[in-house]
Amino acid sequence: METKEIVVPTSSVTALRRPDPLADQRMTISLGPQHPSTHGVLRLELVLDGETVVETRPDIGYLHTGMEKTMEKEKWQQVVTITCRMDYLNSMGNDLGYCLAVEKLLGIEAPPRAKIIRVLLTELNRISSHLVWWGTHVMDMGAMTGFFYAFTEREKILDIFECATGARFHQSYFVIGGCRGDLPEEFPKLMKDWLVQFPEFLKEAKRLVTGNRIFQRRTRDVGRISGEAAAAWGVSGPSIRGSGVNWDVRKSEPYSGYETYDFNVPVYNDGDVWSRYLVRMDEMSESVRICHQALERLEKKGPVMSNDPKLKLPDRELMKKHIDVMIHHFLLASEGFTVPIGEVYFPIESARGELGFYVVSDGKERPCRVRVRAPSFANLEALPKMVEGQLLADVVAVIGSIDIVLGDVDR
Amino acid sequence: MTDPQNQDSAQAPPVPGPNQTSRYADVSLLAGQFSGTIAKVTEALGEVTIVAGRDGLIELLTFLRDTPRFHFNFLSDLSGLDLGEFATPRFAVNYHLYSLVHNHRLRVKVFLEEEDPHVPTASGIWPTANWHEREVYDFFGVIFDGHPDLRRILMPADYEGHPLRKDFPIKGY
Repeated sequence: METKEIVVPTSSVTALRRPDPLADQRMTISLGPQHPSTHGVLRLELVLDGETVVETRPDIGYLHTGMEKTMEKEKWQQVVTITCRMDYLNSMGNDLGYCLAVEKLLGIEAPPRAKIIRVLLTELNRISSHLVWWGTHVMDMGAMTGFFYAFTEREKILDIFECATGARFHQSYFVIGGCRGDLPEEFPKLMKDWLVQFPEFLKEAKRLVTGNRIFQRRTRDVGRISGEAAAAWGVSGPSIRGSGVNWDVRKSEPYSGYETYDFNVPVYNDGDVWSRYLVRMDEMSESVRICHQALERLEKKGPVMSNDPKLKLPDRELMKKHIDVMIHHFLLASEGFTVPIGEVYFPIESARGELGFYVVSDGKERPCRVRVRAPSFANLEALPKMVEGQLLADVVAVIGSIDIVLGDVDR
Repeated sequence: MTDPQNQDSAQAPPVPGPNQTSRYADVSLLAGQFSGTIAKVTEALGEVTIVAGRDGLIELLTFLRDTPRFHFNFLSDLSGLDLGEFATPRFAVNYHLYSLVHNHRLRVKVFLEEEDPHVPTASGIWPTANWHEREVYDFFGVIFDGHPDLRRILMPADYEGHPLRKDFPIKGY
């Protein structure tokens, strides 16, 4: 029997098919809050059509501890202990932003050496934050080994922090007016040794992951966002620089002497997970360059704390001899100092983007309000836009690429 | 509710404060416009603040975003402020604008009475305002009229009170 081929125009193929019983049956699943790929306690309500994401509703606030409220009851100098606990991976940067904002209100500047120490340690902290990002990001995509390499490397940075400040994690080393104390003698050598071996690690990391074809297939063209959309959604930092926007607060509004350092701002144009990955990898090399320059400048000694008697605790030896010095110390330690009435908004570039401190003083010894413009908060808000129409497995990649810290989101 | 004091806007360009090279926009370019909305323009520590009323606020913000000489395409921050339970007006909402094109900033401030804490939403101008406004609603109880999804964001949905108000005890109720 002769069979006759029926030619059906392609456009009507779908119309001829039997209706799929599962079509249009959307499923809502909950990703997190205990899922390791959500980098903390983030919960996402995902509406899926098959494996495709139709809608994303982030649910945040699990880590909210009312830090902005707590700051209003602490004295100006004590607030530093809270700021470093917000974005716990970039604690130096958070302390720096707050101190600079209050210093602007007071109309003072930290001494030159304190500025250099601040830049050096903040850049070191940026590298350690990016290392955690790198480790967890590649782990989310199935490469467990990278995680251990990154954390081994980060451990060395935490050792440097311990040497410099006495604490590994929540240093509270920067205080209003400068730094809590000068760096110990063994610091430059420790730092120099680390700076020499770290580029080796970066090379290894690039060989292990960046050149990996599986990794590239997982990240290229995933989670795209255009530069205009990123700006409208308030995305900042490495995430917006992955969308071709050349904006870094360290360059556009330099603070703490950043204008005197020679470094580049890496920008990539594709706006996908891959671009954001490359930006952060290049940023680590640039931070190493800044560290080198800062370390050279550290050879010149000098004070690390402002001489303003309002801020600086008096000398201990003098305290033992003079009662008025003792009284001064007592008052400063128990009552603190006041800050002139006013308001400032001070943006700095944290490891995640524009970190803004909006500080209002009503002339008392405690802040009237400290508002933190958290970069992770705004970056996370753009997540639904980035993952729309993507596969479920890619959501994990996109979360990793915007590098959120839930302590920063929830505060 | 607004008292036009436009003579304030014609002042010298702001000087950056110590430690900071942030530039603030030259608001004298606004001269004459939005006189019904802008109550006054202040400058302190190198930061320029436009104190605006609610009427015409959305038009003002849209103008600041779309006019080429301002081009505020990035809403850095939107935050609330409680000046204390005995202050009138009690609340303020601050819009911190930034222009990626001109690299300048501007603060727009709206004062609100305690009995009537309503302000029109800016989420139609900058989508990022959506979450910021939810946060201000959550912590201060300021209502953003026309907001697409005004729910609590950081506190639990069934929470009572607005924690960042000054009369809210630090230990909670």
